[in-house]
Amino acid sequence: MTAQSAPAIELSGISKRFGPVQANRDVSLSVAAGSIHGIVGENGAGKSTLMSILYGFYEADSGEVAIGGRPRRIRSPADAIAAGIGMVHQHFMLVETLSVVENVVLGAEGGAWLSGGVSRARAELARLAQDYGLAIDPDAIVGELSVGFQQRVEILKALYRGAQILILDEPTAVLTPPEADQLFSLLRALRDQGKTVILITHKLREIMEVTDRVSVMRRGEMVAHLATSETSPPELAEAMVGRRVLLQVEKAPRPRGAKVLEAIGLDLVDARGVALLSGVNLTLHAGEIVGIAGVAGNGQSELIEVLAGLSHPSRGVVRLGGQILSSADRNPACLRKLGVMHIPEDRHRTGLVTAFPAAENSILGYQDDPALGPGPFLSPSTIAARARETFAAYDVRPPDPELKTAKFSGGNQQKIVLAREIERAPKVLLVGQPTRGVDIGAIEFIHRRLIALRDAGVAILLVSVELEEVMALSDRILAMCGGRITGERMAEAADERDLGLLMAGVTEEAA
Amino acid sequence: MSAAPIDLPRWADTALVPLVSVAAALVIAGLVVLGIGESPLEATALLLRGALGSAEGISFTLYYTTNFIFTGLAVAVAFHAGLFNIGGEGQATIAGIFAALACLWLAPLPGVLLVPLAVLAAAGGGALYGLIPGWLQATRGSHVVITTIMFNFLAATLTVYLLVEVIGKPGSMQPETAEFASHAILTPMHRLLAPLGVKLPATPLNSAFLLALAALVAVWALIFRSRLGYAIRTVGANPGAAAYAGISPARITMVAMAISGALAGGLAVNEVMGVQHRLLLDFTAGYGFVGIAVALMGRGHPVGVALAALLFGVLYQGGAELSFDKPAITRDMVVVIGGVIILFAGALDGLFRRVVASLLRIGRGD
Amino acid sequence: MDWVATFAVILDSAIRLSVPLLCAALAGLWSERAGVVDIGLEGKMLIAAFASAVIAAQSGSAWAGLIAGMLASIALSLVHGFAAITWRGNQIVSGVAINMLAAGLTVILGNAWYGQGGRTPTLEGAARFGEVTLPFATTLRSHIPVLGLIYDEVVSGQSAPAYLAVLALVVTAVVLKRTRFGLRLRAVGENPAAVDTAGISVAGLRYGAVIICGALCGLGGTYLAVSQSAGFLPHMTAGKGFIALAAVIFANWRPWQALWACLLFGALDAIAIRLQGVALPGIGQVPVQAIQALPYLMTVILLAGFIGKSTPPKASGLPYVKER
Repeated sequence: MTAQSAPAIELSGISKRFGPVQANRDVSLSVAAGSIHGIVGENGAGKSTLMSILYGFYEADSGEVAIGGRPRRIRSPADAIAAGIGMVHQHFMLVETLSVVENVVLGAEGGAWLSGGVSRARAELARLAQDYGLAIDPDAIVGELSVGFQQRVEILKALYRGAQILILDEPTAVLTPPEADQLFSLLRALRDQGKTVILITHKLREIMEVTDRVSVMRRGEMVAHLATSETSPPELAEAMVGRRVLLQVEKAPRPRGAKVLEAIGLDLVDARGVALLSGVNLTLHAGEIVGIAGVAGNGQSELIEVLAGLSHPSRGVVRLGGQILSSADRNPACLRKLGVMHIPEDRHRTGLVTAFPAAENSILGYQDDPALGPGPFLSPSTIAARARETFAAYDVRPPDPELKTAKFSGGNQQKIVLAREIERAPKVLLVGQPTRGVDIGAIEFIHRRLIALRDAGVAILLVSVELEEVMALSDRILAMCGGRITGERMAEAADERDLGLLMAGVTEEAA
Repeated sequence: MSAAPIDLPRWADTALVPLVSVAAALVIAGLVVLGIGESPLEATALLLRGALGSAEGISFTLYYTTNFIFTGLAVAVAFHAGLFNIGGEGQATIAGIFAALACLWLAPLPGVLLVPLAVLAAAGGGALYGLIPGWLQATRGSHVVITTIMFNFLAATLTVYLLVEVIGKPGSMQPETAEFASHAILTPMHRLLAPLGVKLPATPLNSAFLLALAALVAVWALIFRSRLGYAIRTVGANPGAAAYAGISPARITMVAMAISGALAGGLAVNEVMGVQHRLLLDFTAGYGFVGIAVALMGRGHPVGVALAALLFGVLYQGGAELSFDKPAITRDMVVVIGGVIILFAGALDGLFRRVVASLLRIGRGD
Repeated sequence: MDWVATFAVILDSAIRLSVPLLCAALAGLWSERAGVVDIGLEGKMLIAAFASAVIAAQSGSAWAGLIAGMLASIALSLVHGFAAITWRGNQIVSGVAINMLAAGLTVILGNAWYGQGGRTPTLEGAARFGEVTLPFATTLRSHIPVLGLIYDEVVSGQSAPAYLAVLALVVTAVVLKRTRFGLRLRAVGENPAAVDTAGISVAGLRYGAVIICGALCGLGGTYLAVSQSAGFLPHMTAGKGFIALAAVIFANWRPWQALWACLLFGALDAIAIRLQGVALPGIGQVPVQAIQALPYLMTVILLAGFIGKSTPPKASGLPYVKER
């Protein structure tokens, strides 16, 4: 160690608590200067919190930070910037109405008047464009740039501030595979110029591809520090989850039943004219789970929304039980009556009203059910009694329908949604990210329930960004890329590499 | 600074926080009284005696309370849908025009028909004038707050025009309509109760008060017991979840604004049909704005609204009596108190929750 | 020539009526560009009108009145800032509260101190801002037709606060566009998180904007009480704060457009006063109320997107909370 230079970053004993949640517990980390260091962990493992502490966004409850061997107190982003740390957030910190150069100089204007700083920034941007191939029009309005270019602006912001250490939080979540490859070669170039890069991700492929060392986090703790060349995806996965993960779901083969739902030629165009879905064809049979594999943002969410009646396709038809759905039927209320139920991908934004007591959430979407009260009224006692029953059946803890929904854990909130949607005998169940932010026990419970529904003859469409989940649960897998279905595989015949190609848009014809 | 939301027991959240903020507002008002050289204690005693010390005082207090119940409920219903209706004044003004036109034009009808029709006309006028901003927000994306502010001024200008140029009493210099026929008005309370052997002094208190009590119950049933109320609360708390549940946020925005406007119309029923018996300028007199304080203090719940409306009724009536004895303390004091309550119970809610949370901690001894 | 004279008189009156609107509109613009919605412009102008009239009357100096007006208005701004920025309260609610506070307090204090139903003593001499005659006004008038007359009637002869308002406009436009503070302010109203992660204090910027907003409302209120009128009258702002709010929306949150919007609304007011009781040939008598209603009506129509489009700063009205 003595011969080497001091580590770029040395964290020791970092702890951080948000109310009842221990986000980081006694975390230590050492990142060598001039390396690419990966940090992996499941959603909620505490990676982002740790990096926010390093960037001064939060202050740690305890622990120490040393940058380049010198102890530092980083209490604000300004301190972090002064220490040579730059961060590319998962949600870009850009001002969309301002130009690229204005975004770059923001906070580093170099004087009360803008003109001097802006011309310096132009020169610097030109230099960075040459050094790293990061060409960009400095006068473009950021809001009009593509996501990939916006990320480039974020990186340029950090470099303009003289960052020696660059932290990237889930940078590929919004990128296409070619854009991600470009990013990785940029990161390598930065490393070769002596910069230190920290890459936060939950995708093992990226870790294996680009990092030198990797640290694994689980439930707020650091559980492993490994050299990338000496580890393997299964080892990392095991460290992330704490046991063998290759999701083993008990699933007996089952002959699929009749066609239940059929979508033909679905197109969806957003207000700006961007095509979100193009020519999607899809058939769901009774007693079958069809999984959609795809990188987030490739039309999976939109497909579910269209099928659930939340948005209207610009073209195409949906048949339910052989009948073409009229546009009047294509709204969530009517579809529910026809047996199309929906477990939405984001329970906080759509699936629940977290300010309501749990009982009131157990009727969300079914508020017009005549069994819930006389005429225009709802009967709280009926609703509470029914909720108590289902909570017991689904092991919702605590089984208290009067408790505010926000006070339940993620897994129990998801069970409230699950119970509500599957208690009413769906014919078709649309499921988005069923286990996002859910603890292991609840994951197993939810998976078993979905399999049981399939065995009972329900047609299930499953969307998940976790490819393993899609592969473990589905009978048939469709890959999506750029709003198109790029391929179809029977689950037993599918392998990760093959699906990965389809998800990247390499279709059968092209391959 | 408060990063995490402060968790309070429900009783503290619904009762203690508003009480503490109202108490703080009254202390500020006391300081203003002290500042202009009067004794706050003496003023309080005079105020309470004026408001509650006699049958006449109580009747006046309840007459003012009626106005505040209507305007408070109007704001509260919109709040539940996540809307801020600052247009109570304008909606009540239009309701007043509708009521006056009904009372004047339908005068040949007998009272049993005319009065309910005029009340419906008021509610309908208010509802329509609330519906338009709601419709504009739902379909055109213009914010209800700004639209209702502008609508308040438009309603006031329209009333001036109508009273000066169109429906004003001929030959009168005052911008007001002719007085309504005696069967076209709401029964004063002292006459309503006389057959029951209750003797009350003649005051503006009239049967609109009973209507206000009915409105309290109706709003409670609507918001907390009906399917529509469930839809309204869902849209207010999480529009995304509402869309998912098959509830149209656009439709609910319009419905809630219409209901809110209809409730604001109750102010016109009380003032125009119950007290003035004619349409005149500015009969809304700021009650619509105080309604915001009432709704915030009452936490949007009809029970809270009733209590807050009663408090403001006491302040209004007591304040009127007080300014009789102490000319320096005018009715405007109530406007100040209303403003401070809106600030404390509304905008500084976080601060007061923090205060109450630390009071509770001290109370528990940790 | 008579025609031009009438036009100049109306233009002069329009400008006088626009000055308080311009002050308040610029005030609202500063606040909202920083992401703090302010519907309390009216209340702040009112308290400034009162404070400036009181201090001008007591001290005999209009300038002392101006300082007092600004300070009183800034004090209310800070209340708004405390609620909206520090405690992340609802900005609309806070604005309503400030309007009510100002409406009540001014009357109570005025009544308690002077006992004239809320009015303050009449300002005379140095206690009131007089007309400032610009150089060459008379010379130009007699030598250059039309433009000379307009220079004398309209450009010259306004009061000091009116010229300050124009200066405020130029400074606002330059600062917003060309300075570090302006850039940061524009950024904080669009995406406060971007400002925060760039190491700049969101609260600091917003408090700065809110204080400037207070000072400008103070200028507008002082103009009303110590220049346009000779003292404070209860409720003398009469909705000007809300018209200014409309002007900000009309101007799409931009300074020079705000000038035009205020001039337009001022001109409508001037025309309404001029047309009172006058029958126009071919049209007959135009109801004054119809013209008075135009600013409100136009704003509603604009907001509804029937003409043009208004896009407020993205983060305006939203308290800044760090995301986890």
